[in-house]
Amino acid sequence: MQEAADLEAAKQGDAEPLLRVRDLRTWFLTDAGPVRAVDGVSFDLAAGETLGIVGESGSGKSVCAKTIMRLLDPPAKIVGGSIEFRGRDLAKLDEEEVRAVRGREIAMVFQDPMTSLNPVLRIAKQLVEAMTAHGRFTAAAARTRAIDLLRRMGVASAQAAVDRYPHQFSGGMRQRVMLAMGVSNEPALLIADEPTTALDVTIQAQILELLRGLNADLGTAVILISHDLGVIANVCARILVMYAGEVVEEGAPEDLLTDPRHPYTWALLHAAPRIDAEAEDRRLVTIEGQPPDPRAWPEGCRFRARCPFAIDKCAEHPDLLPIDATRASRCWVTQAGGALHEPVRPQPQARDAATAVAPQPLLEVRGLSKHFPLPRETLFAEQRVLRAVDGVDLDVMAGETVGLVGESGCGKSTLARLVTRLHEPTGGSIRFAGSDITHATQAEIRPLRRRMQMIFQDPYASLNPRMTVGEILTGPLLLHRIVDGQAAARTRVEELLGLVGLPRQSMQRFPHEFSGGQRQRISIARALALGPDFVVADEPISALDVNIQAQIINLMVDLQERLGLTYLFIAHDLAVVRHVCDRIVVLYLGKVMEIGRAADLFARPLHPYTRTLISAAPVPDPRVERTRRHVPLKGEPPSAMNPPSGCRFRTRCPVAEERCAVEMPPLLPAADGQLVACHFPGRI
Amino acid sequence: MSDVVILPAMASPRARRVRRYGLPILGAGIILAWALAATFAPWICPYDPNFVDVAQRLRPPSAANWLGTDALGRDVLTRVIYGARTSLSVGLIVVLLGGAFGTLLGAAAAYVRGWAEEALMRATDLVFCFPPIILAMAIAAALGIGAVNTAIAMLVVWWPKFARLARSLVITQRSMEYVEAAQSIGFGPGHILVRQIIPNAVGPLVVLVTLDLGNAILVFAGLSFLGLGVVPPTPEWGAMVAEGRELVQQWWVATFPGLAILTVVMGFNFMGDGFRDWLDPHARSR
Amino acid sequence: MIRYVGSRLLTSVVMVLLSTLVIFLIANTVPGDPALVAMGDMAASDPAQVKAFRAEYGLDLPLWEQYGLFLQRLVHGDLGISISSRRPVLDDIVDYAPATLELATIAFILSIVVGLPLGVLAAVRRDSWIDHVARAVSLIGVSAPTFWLAFIMLAIFYGQLDWAPGPGRLDPVSFPPDRITGLLLIDTALQGDWATFHDAAAHLVLPSIVLAMATLGLVTRTTRAAMLEALSQDYVRVARAKGLRRRVIVNGHALPNALLPVVTLGGLAYANLLAGAVMTETVFSWPGLGRYTFRSAVTVDFPAIMAITAIVAAVFVLVNLAVDLSYAMLDPRVTKR
Repeated sequence: MQEAADLEAAKQGDAEPLLRVRDLRTWFLTDAGPVRAVDGVSFDLAAGETLGIVGESGSGKSVCAKTIMRLLDPPAKIVGGSIEFRGRDLAKLDEEEVRAVRGREIAMVFQDPMTSLNPVLRIAKQLVEAMTAHGRFTAAAARTRAIDLLRRMGVASAQAAVDRYPHQFSGGMRQRVMLAMGVSNEPALLIADEPTTALDVTIQAQILELLRGLNADLGTAVILISHDLGVIANVCARILVMYAGEVVEEGAPEDLLTDPRHPYTWALLHAAPRIDAEAEDRRLVTIEGQPPDPRAWPEGCRFRARCPFAIDKCAEHPDLLPIDATRASRCWVTQAGGALHEPVRPQPQARDAATAVAPQPLLEVRGLSKHFPLPRETLFAEQRVLRAVDGVDLDVMAGETVGLVGESGCGKSTLARLVTRLHEPTGGSIRFAGSDITHATQAEIRPLRRRMQMIFQDPYASLNPRMTVGEILTGPLLLHRIVDGQAAARTRVEELLGLVGLPRQSMQRFPHEFSGGQRQRISIARALALGPDFVVADEPISALDVNIQAQIINLMVDLQERLGLTYLFIAHDLAVVRHVCDRIVVLYLGKVMEIGRAADLFARPLHPYTRTLISAAPVPDPRVERTRRHVPLKGEPPSAMNPPSGCRFRTRCPVAEERCAVEMPPLLPAADGQLVACHFPGRI
Repeated sequence: MSDVVILPAMASPRARRVRRYGLPILGAGIILAWALAATFAPWICPYDPNFVDVAQRLRPPSAANWLGTDALGRDVLTRVIYGARTSLSVGLIVVLLGGAFGTLLGAAAAYVRGWAEEALMRATDLVFCFPPIILAMAIAAALGIGAVNTAIAMLVVWWPKFARLARSLVITQRSMEYVEAAQSIGFGPGHILVRQIIPNAVGPLVVLVTLDLGNAILVFAGLSFLGLGVVPPTPEWGAMVAEGRELVQQWWVATFPGLAILTVVMGFNFMGDGFRDWLDPHARSR
Repeated sequence: MIRYVGSRLLTSVVMVLLSTLVIFLIANTVPGDPALVAMGDMAASDPAQVKAFRAEYGLDLPLWEQYGLFLQRLVHGDLGISISSRRPVLDDIVDYAPATLELATIAFILSIVVGLPLGVLAAVRRDSWIDHVARAVSLIGVSAPTFWLAFIMLAIFYGQLDWAPGPGRLDPVSFPPDRITGLLLIDTALQGDWATFHDAAAHLVLPSIVLAMATLGLVTRTTRAAMLEALSQDYVRVARAKGLRRRVIVNGHALPNALLPVVTLGGLAYANLLAGAVMTETVFSWPGLGRYTFRSAVTVDFPAIMAITAIVAAVFVLVNLAVDLSYAMLDPRVTKR
């Protein structure tokens, strides 16, 4: 380790690193015993370096960052180790000394920009106080600098913006303000804790670009924390992979992401679908089980129980040992110098079921719209409406998976609730399995509910907390008289639980006793209870960790093959959509921009919006990333209350012309089965 | 407070345990003790609550009269215990009847929406225009004195807060994903109200009922104190304080009935706070 | 903004009228007969006298005419003649209001000036002695009956210790100042009568503490909870990450947010003070509106009840308007119209 660090330092041409963390241990001393969140973390960071820390939730990456900032309160406690920063041990500083470091020498940007700014204070005040607190600027100078910084961060009309309140800004804009605040005192180190997780992919690309620019222009060292390898690879020159409170692998992205030397890195890398590769099979590589309990880490290697490569020696806890000059791994298997083999992927099965029969449309949507009236501000004010969905045409054929993608606010969730008739449409028509259900009453539609079911986004909100899993699953069976009596229902519920991979004892338990992934399995079981042939899945994996996402995707793919399901799959993650869908519908501000077969759409996107969406999604491979063409997307989506005239996308479109403002482009066939709503298809 | 703690994120473990278990149990204990005392008053009380013995008037606390005697020589302890009967039962009746009426009205209004909901909300606004005790005072005065009339007067002002809470609970619940899930399965509005919404909305109502019992007892005692509660010589805490309020030197006459009110109200407060903490795992025992 | 206040005031007038109608109907549908109560048993046995009495106060008119008459008079600022005091209700109110106003104002200021800092300190120094004090104060404030607290305070500080003067606004030996505002502290100060000023101030101490207790408990409890909530927010963590001083974080970041729920207590505080005034004034023999209200209620003094109802409701509506306006001022997220 020391050897590797020395080499690293020598390479940077700087004997003393900026930050030297050694055997750091941060525990939460709770009533139920210590939670060892960070348990022996060591790393170095040179001045001006970019370091990424990746890991799933509970791996300790965020606690590690907050420990460096000394932001943790009891019951959290630094029980061991040191945080040497410019020759001082931050772990030993008193509160006043730490305060002088915070915001001045080390700054931090947090995950949720919506809650990170004080809602009752003006932006100017919040920026200025960050500077004046350290006595480096007078109030007047700080204000001028605040405006300059906002401009540098790409905030439009910074002079006026600085006097606004946070609620007048979008999430992306607020994160720009947070970045301006972070660099306002020219710190030596900027820690960004999941800075883009709450943002849309196009905004994420803008923020990451800013982060790279700040590092390059100002020489600020950056620690970027993320669960997304693509995001990290995009910005960082070195990566730490954390698992169970410790660093399990360290190295440059070129090495670590192409030739992982820790099985956990290997698993992370292969569990996430990639936007730049077409999969032969829709199943992803997953590892078994859940991350271990931080109250009692397992003996030996902490990853051993889930590791597909484990050997006998793994019963002994490995150190983080160098593999070569620039990388290290905490693994006995790769100590010998061997690489981890490529995962064995199941052979793709010919999907004859879907292709052999002439496709029958199961769902036909024509000109569908949903306008939500907004509450009037005063009695005489004009009634405003939110055009969530505004004239959508869409067919779903029996047996296929149709993906619905778009940024938040594009109307994809509303569309899901319209086709399942949880909402009443404002206009247009919906035909399901041949019958018109556009304005069917709930009683009329009830028989069809057996064939059409829904999986919801939030596994914590979609299960009634006061009902046992058994009650949740028997309810639909008894309602639709699928089984006779409790005993038969019980048998069927056991089958359902088996189908989604849960033990039958789950019946007596309540939803809160399950993890997020298990809850989503229950939610799927509930949707399948009625034996539907059409399932609408509204962002079913977006709340889950990457490995759990892969497990759920595999489950859905398995179920589709076994039960012949048709999916309408809603997601914001393009890589996932590309991976699981036959056809893809791109939605923007309530309108369809482009429809096409997944392979075609990604190979040859015809709509500029599709093109920018694809280019904004990061790929966890620096070599690929360098060769990709990036089409930056200007600005933020306009409000659906007041959409632009003509083409809705024109305000952000790189190729828009005058005509786009006047004439709304119709959705027309452009190439082999691909439909696009653009006056200049394929121009970029 | 040590230097390490910059800002409080969580109470100390011991304080948390006391707050989470200790105080609610203490509260429940107090209420249980008063309920038992009220139920078995004739068996545990040494005297008749209305037995007048002017020779024994205004005796300070002693072995014979633990809490002394009042201006008519009646045993204060006995009257305090009998007083629990009136206070507890009026509190219970007002909160349960008013609560049930308000809850049903509020839930129904939130469910049907439209003008009925609007009308109900304006009606609650109207009642909220008056401090409850003022309105209750006017009504009680007009109806005439007596525990039943006072309870009726209190009922008039009691239901609106329950109507509002029930309405907002139903509205919150209706937008939950599990309610949407039940709809997408095909369950009708009846099932959704009974199986999905009510079980999840009942918690906050229980908290309000518990906290409100203390409040109702307080208001009733206040009306009694003003002479609008019970017909003398019925033993009642507020009325007893009124009888003793001039007797500054014979402090025991007014002090003990007042303490009785204080303990009961505190008991309900402890219990209500406890329920709230149990129901809301995120509120880290404030 | 002006239009908003205007439309709010207009709705307020409607609310006040509606509330008088409600009181009017309630008071008329219940059995108590104001004539019989006011005249006493002797006079009431003479039907002719009762008839004359009713005619005098318009009680023989149909209900809607009675109410119309009330409204008509109200528009002209005439609140009618009190049945029990046989004086114009307005005169009665002008006589009694200053005593209550003085007491309630001091109690209100006391509950804010003590409750707010106490709640903030309790939240910042959680589980310290000051937190325990704050919890005890708010618990007693919301649990102890006002009339009993009044008695206990009087018994201890006047009866036992003799530190405070007894009931009443002034000692019987003091000469009341000439009436200018009716507020003793102001009138004596204006007339330079410092001895009486001190006497009046001393008499205010106990009743204002007693009256403040319920509101004080509420303010402390709400401030504490709101501060704990605010201190756990992300923006406080950001403020710490900026390296701000603790005092700045507490006063500059958490407190402005914590004030929002405290401001909404306004209406409740008003109701508390009014209800408390009835009790406090009774125990302290305070010649205020609380006692006047109570007396009007028990004697079913119709014109007085109606007038007080209208005033109470009107003030309440104004208090709520003030609450909403100050909320909009403190929270930029509320759209200002």
